[in-house]
Amino acid sequence: MYSKTRLAKWYMQFDDDEKQKLIEEVHAVVTVRDAKHTNFVEFRNFKIIYRRYAGLYFCICVDVTDNNLAYLEGIHNFVEVLNEYFHNVCELDLVFNFYKVYTVVDEMFLAGEIRETSQTKVLKQLLMLQSLE
Amino acid sequence: MPAVSKGDGMRGLAVFISDIRNCKSKEAEIKRINKELANIRSKFKGDKALDGYSKKKYVCKLLFIFLLGHDIDFGHMEAVNLLSSNKYTEKQIGYLFISVLVNSNSELIRLINNGIKNDLASRNPTFMCLALHCIANVGSREMAEAFAGEIPRILVAGDTMDSVKQSAALCLLRLHKASPDVVLMGEWTSRVVHLLNDQHMGVVTAAISLITCLSQKNPDEFKSCVPLAVSRLSRIVSSASTDLQDYTYYFVPAPWLSCKLLRLLQCYPPPEDGAVKGRLVECLETILNKAQEPPKSKKVQHSNAKNAILFEAISLIIHYDSEPNLLVRACNQLGQFLQHRETNLRYLALESMCTLASSEFSHEAVKTHIETVINALKTERDVSVRQRAADLLYAMCDRSNAKQIVAEMLSYLETADYSIREEMVLKVAILAEKYAVDYSWYVDTILNLIRIAGDYVSEEVWYRVIQIVINRDDVQGYAAKTVFEALQAPACHENMVKVGGYILGEFGNLIAGDPRSSPLVQFNLLHSKFHLCSVPSRALLLSAYIKFINLFPETKPTIQEVLRSDSQIRNSDVELQQRAVEYLKLSSIASTDVLATVLEEMPPFPERESSILAKLKKKKGPGAVSVSDLEEAKGEGGALNGSGDRGADAAATSNSATLSPSADLLGLRSAAPVAPGTGSLLVDVFPEAGPASAPAVSEDGFLRHLDLPPESSDSLLVEAPGESDFEDPALPLPESDDLLYKFVCKNNGVLFENQLLQIGTKSEYRQNLGRMYLFFGNKTSVQFSNFTTSITCPGDLQTQLNMQTKPVEPLVDGGAQVQQVLNIECLSDFSDAPLLNIMFSRYGGAQQNLTLKLPVTINKFFQPTEMSSQDFFQRWKQLSLPQQEAQKIFKANHSMDTDVIKTKLLGLGPALLEDVDPNPENFVCAGVIQTKGQQIGCLLRLEPNAQAQMFRLTLRSSKDTVSVHLCHLLAEQF
Repeated sequence: MYSKTRLAKWYMQFDDDEKQKLIEEVHAVVTVRDAKHTNFVEFRNFKIIYRRYAGLYFCICVDVTDNNLAYLEGIHNFVEVLNEYFHNVCELDLVFNFYKVYTVVDEMFLAGEIRETSQTKVLKQLLMLQSLE
Repeated sequence: MPAVSKGDGMRGLAVFISDIRNCKSKEAEIKRINKELANIRSKFKGDKALDGYSKKKYVCKLLFIFLLGHDIDFGHMEAVNLLSSNKYTEKQIGYLFISVLVNSNSELIRLINNGIKNDLASRNPTFMCLALHCIANVGSREMAEAFAGEIPRILVAGDTMDSVKQSAALCLLRLHKASPDVVLMGEWTSRVVHLLNDQHMGVVTAAISLITCLSQKNPDEFKSCVPLAVSRLSRIVSSASTDLQDYTYYFVPAPWLSCKLLRLLQCYPPPEDGAVKGRLVECLETILNKAQEPPKSKKVQHSNAKNAILFEAISLIIHYDSEPNLLVRACNQLGQFLQHRETNLRYLALESMCTLASSEFSHEAVKTHIETVINALKTERDVSVRQRAADLLYAMCDRSNAKQIVAEMLSYLETADYSIREEMVLKVAILAEKYAVDYSWYVDTILNLIRIAGDYVSEEVWYRVIQIVINRDDVQGYAAKTVFEALQAPACHENMVKVGGYILGEFGNLIAGDPRSSPLVQFNLLHSKFHLCSVPSRALLLSAYIKFINLFPETKPTIQEVLRSDSQIRNSDVELQQRAVEYLKLSSIASTDVLATVLEEMPPFPERESSILAKLKKKKGPGAVSVSDLEEAKGEGGALNGSGDRGADAAATSNSATLSPSADLLGLRSAAPVAPGTGSLLVDVFPEAGPASAPAVSEDGFLRHLDLPPESSDSLLVEAPGESDFEDPALPLPESDDLLYKFVCKNNGVLFENQLLQIGTKSEYRQNLGRMYLFFGNKTSVQFSNFTTSITCPGDLQTQLNMQTKPVEPLVDGGAQVQQVLNIECLSDFSDAPLLNIMFSRYGGAQQNLTLKLPVTINKFFQPTEMSSQDFFQRWKQLSLPQQEAQKIFKANHSMDTDVIKTKLLGLGPALLEDVDPNPENFVCAGVIQTKGQQIGCLLRLEPNAQAQMFRLTLRSSKDTVSVHLCHLLAEQF
């Protein structure tokens, strides 16, 4: 199947080859699952929480003891922010504005943890940054 | 091109991205990229200074190219320059480039750190956040050293903006994780803890991750966070869904923060302060109550957010394991989820219930859901959900439901996914043994296991059934009948043949009265499987045949004929041939009495008799073990022990609970080492019971494999008493000396094997150089990760041997093999062996760590030297100084057959000289050991005394240490 990774963010040290391998493995375990399956997959010594939006998968890899539903909704919260920020977001927005998406990620997740959950606060901050030169 | 039309970005970048997207082929893309790279390079090198915008645009293009998967080897300097821009967009691209393309180029690090420092000091919150995000994303040691002092100050300063505090808290967390020694909280501790009271929920959300991490490391220092967390949680939980405004998500107040608070509390025991505890219990009750309220929204986001908190609350309740009321309520709530239409909830409920099952307060409540869980095992579409159902069945199993659960698991095994079969087999085997009240059930279960999933039944499992049958008179007849029936199947698994061969060889007489299973019928049945079996199984069958001759004299002619056939007596496999020859001879020359003595029924495994269990058994009779084991495993107390006499037994045994954790039912661990030495012909049950399958290690495998909760680690198959021996990687396995001796006279073979891993080796030597191939085979179906090997030369060996190798692949897929090549150079003579340390992890298990001796011995560097008899004795005399000679006189441990000895001596390396020694019975050898520094001539003389079954071994060499060491190595071989 044809697939592209639109954005990857790493919170642990890996070299480039390892990163590539991980991306391929994650792709392999996530895309074979169907809608009736859970949104969780065991992955190495971690687990992946993922959600599919149209043709795009959003995946987070977390510790096995982490709260599945909290991260599942963390993904949705992030997607809603993107949607608001890009006014009805589509995949191309993420391609052309990849450098802005990194900013959105850093506003909401930092050091592998949740930084801010309020959509209002995040969007306010993003609009402020947008207005800067 | 939507982004272009928005017109707020870098037009050149958007055009470039469009171009790339329009490329029809990979080649076209590469061409376009190279064109762009050339363009950017020329701009950067050009005489004209670039303005900030252009620089930003080009750096961003480079970043895009890198993210497409191409190498970028320039532009770093320009990116660093962007940090000093005072425009946000330029700074942002500079920081992003640095975060993504981390480069530990030391000059740049200094410049980058300088840029960060300026931004941290700028008092501009936007710039401070950019700098903090960069540190948090890179997290390098250099950055930790540079900023670990500054960031806590920013975090707790009164005038720091909220958004900066959020970033500072998580930035500090990253540095703490990466370099804990550099990040010292000390004086800041209390002020950091008080961030839990911050007005800004975002600050609390970020800070709590930091506090949780620090609390896990230093619970005492941070314990003042408990009352603060409880009061914060209480305020959130009791707030109306609109109170928290921005932090309400689909009508749920602050779900993420609530989860984090509940998670933080799991770092601590229940609060001691009654008021705090009361408030917390109230919170937990409120959360459980809310789960029963009608939903405020039909959206899945609402229920997910609500349930995220609920599951975290249940985790805390389980963690405390002290509030029976809450535990039972939690269990009931999860019970409802078991039948929910959302797969996610069913999965999480099964997972969470698994931990509830081990609490004495909720074990019974969990058990009431057995039918639902069995149904899940049968009908769930997602294998991971079925796996959780199997885990839960295992966790809820006790004596009252063991038969039902084992039966369901067995029937599930018939269709189970390959990925979980091995684990299921172990679970069934453990449960069957742990809760075996009548052993015919146990025998049936294990035979079914072999029938259904023979490939996944490990040696331990079928060894075990044999041990149990041997040791229990009351089950022997039943076992013989059952295996006989099982063997009737036209295709049966080889493991079944092994068990069948062994049991009929011992107890076939118990069913021989029935004409349908007369001795000859039994023999013909077994022999019909012979040709389909591997060598070790055939060897076992041959032993069963000789046992038959003793049990049933009437089968003697038939069996002798079989043994006499060319395919046996001339078998190309030396072990089979030897057995055929010896058994044939034994059967023809030994008198009936002798035969009866030699081939007597296997005695019960002696060490087991001496074990604590044996005492227990004498006192309490059968059945007691499984009951007491249950008690120990589950801590259920007397209430669960069924009724009547069993209950009385249980009470009695639990009183005599000096029962150590090592009271395994029939001590595989203790029995295995005994078997090879019993002197019986039938030691085949442990064909590899010697060093190669070190039982302690295998048990380790069981434990690791199932990832059992620690409280059940005293159950049968799961103790790992030797574990600590292996934790220090410097200590080789106790049996590694034996492993080493195995390879003195040969270069190829299996170096090590346990449940998980097989290590094969192959080596070749020339002069003072050698090459060794190691093959690491993953025997499981699960991937090994972080697989690393390291070779060390302890002590003086460092200067004597030079070993070189490349690291192996860190991932070894299930069933796959990886190879490692070692290049060896012998610098001077040596006596120690290099050590091989292997570490890896596997999903669901702890890290494995084992150390072996590598079979590199000094004799590998032998060059054979042919010489005449005269030369030999002349040199022999030249080496007549007392220290040049080493001699040993020892009893033969192996066959004294001339050819066997010759093969061994040739394998050792020197030339075997014919017609040199005046006594033709003696063996003499000559060779030179090649080291880089010197050549050491060695002469060897081996004098067998067949009558006394003794050897005298003499070695002379120009170096005393070599004589002694060679003599020592060789004496172990004969």
